[in-house]
Amino acid sequence: MSREEWQFVEFTARMAVLSTLLLLPIGLAIAWWLARVQWRGKVIAETIITLPLVLPPVVTGLLLLKLFGRRGPVGHWLHEAFGLEVVFTWRAVVIALAVMSLPLFVWAARAAFEEVNPTFEQMGRTLGAGEWRIFFTITLPLAKRGVLAGTMLALARALGEFGATIMVAGNIPGETTTLSVAIYQYVQLGQDSHAWALAGVSAILAFAAVWGSACLLRRRKA
Amino acid sequence: MSGGIEANFVKRFTGGPEIRVESMRTGESASVTVLFGPSGAGKTTVLRCLAGLLRPEEGKIGFGGQEWSDASRGFFLAARERGVGFVPQEYALFPHLSVERNVAYGLNGLDGLNVKSRVAEMIQWLGLEGLEKRLPKELSGGQQQRVALARAVARRPKLLLLDEPLAALDVPTRQRVRGELRRLLKEAVIPSVLVTHDRTDALVLGDDLVVMNEGQLLQQGRVHRVFSRPANLTVAGIVAVETVQPGRVLDRGELVTVAIGEQRLLALGTDLPPEIKEVFVCIRAEDVILMKGEPARSSPRNCLSAVVRGLTAEGPMVRIDLDCSFPLSVLLTRQASEELGLKQGERVLALVKAPNVHLIPRVT
Repeated sequence: MSREEWQFVEFTARMAVLSTLLLLPIGLAIAWWLARVQWRGKVIAETIITLPLVLPPVVTGLLLLKLFGRRGPVGHWLHEAFGLEVVFTWRAVVIALAVMSLPLFVWAARAAFEEVNPTFEQMGRTLGAGEWRIFFTITLPLAKRGVLAGTMLALARALGEFGATIMVAGNIPGETTTLSVAIYQYVQLGQDSHAWALAGVSAILAFAAVWGSACLLRRRKA
Repeated sequence: MSGGIEANFVKRFTGGPEIRVESMRTGESASVTVLFGPSGAGKTTVLRCLAGLLRPEEGKIGFGGQEWSDASRGFFLAARERGVGFVPQEYALFPHLSVERNVAYGLNGLDGLNVKSRVAEMIQWLGLEGLEKRLPKELSGGQQQRVALARAVARRPKLLLLDEPLAALDVPTRQRVRGELRRLLKEAVIPSVLVTHDRTDALVLGDDLVVMNEGQLLQQGRVHRVFSRPANLTVAGIVAVETVQPGRVLDRGELVTVAIGEQRLLALGTDLPPEIKEVFVCIRAEDVILMKGEPARSSPRNCLSAVVRGLTAEGPMVRIDLDCSFPLSVLLTRQASEELGLKQGERVLALVKAPNVHLIPRVT
């Protein structure tokens, strides 16, 4: 593989890891909230969070583009307050990947939290522990496998993202071009051998992530 | 203000039963109060309300003069703030933490050295030496129970709550642990409330008894008093007084004379209202003595001639069903039964002391 191809792999991996780190705290909070708190309108929140999983990724990308663009509500504020450019930069890549893999993570983590017997958390309360301590010393360790499996799935999803990324981050080699976008471009240019090399790497990464999460989930059952 | 619990509250579940607790009181210092009743009576709900894990819709809960919950002004002290030790059903030991770390979990406010010494003290007290590094799943049921007790007691709680602490154990372990638990609860010098549906547990472990049925608090008092003097038929059924027969008061002097069919019995009847004529006569199976021979006039003992109708072995005991014009149940050790050479159809004398004949008003 050429240096250019390796650069795509390395950049995509870095973006996927960053996006996973970004979604972890948000995803954990949402998953815990869905698993443990009962409230009216919960179904609506569930639907919105799950939407990126079924919506055409290009549509999600379009929404993000409008939201984070210089004239979009979030993008405008970020630019005014911090002078941050989002759209068509690596930051847009991270955001697109995080949003696209959030539903997978939330579903896995929520299922894991729901499997934790609430009696353990109640014991923590009678033993004088606050809710944060209970989360980090009881709930999270007991849901560890499911949360890890969800993290791997989210990472795998992020590595292969295409539609939302190209909408919101475009295709700037060395700056926003991810693995999938590069493969698409190589095929467009008729450079199939490059495309095949990157496709191979993608397949290996995806296989490793899904296999890893499947192992984690199966061992939890035993 | 007393030192124990004072509770008057109602807990409702949507679409479920209503649990109503009226003027429940518990003892102080090292006393053990047993919440007793059949499953589904609402015992666990009461315990969880006391622990602060459930919030009552109405009424108040207080402990030792401190307010824990007052629904009328929306006050509720969270479980974390109550300083209560809880030993739940099946113990709920943290499965990912070693014995040591389970015991230390509630000691977050202490510094490292104190935590260490307190954990060591608990481990030693409960004889868990050598198990410090084990995970809960590597322990026997009896050991798990002791770890749960250590975890709850380590923080020096003001009150200890135990939900069916013996139910998860197999029968031989249960018998051994029962006596041990009583000793430990006394040693801890913490007032405790213990839920059980088992009569033996209640008798062995409790100082005071609170009887519940269908979400209602029926009777409370010293264990032996409630067992020998049930306030009504429901309580008599729950505490399982073996013989409950309808009778009629014939005469009241120093002792009360009651008739069950043709039979005459003497009872103490001190807490029986004077106007009552119709009663239920309650006799506990272990309060009956059997002998052979001629009836002797040794008052205040009731001496009934009876015929043995059946013998049933119940572990080390034998249950004997007698017919003395009314059915009477008797519990003897197997040895005592063999010595008397009891057989079906044989004539015997059944002796019951007047104070052991308990009368409950019967509404006709």
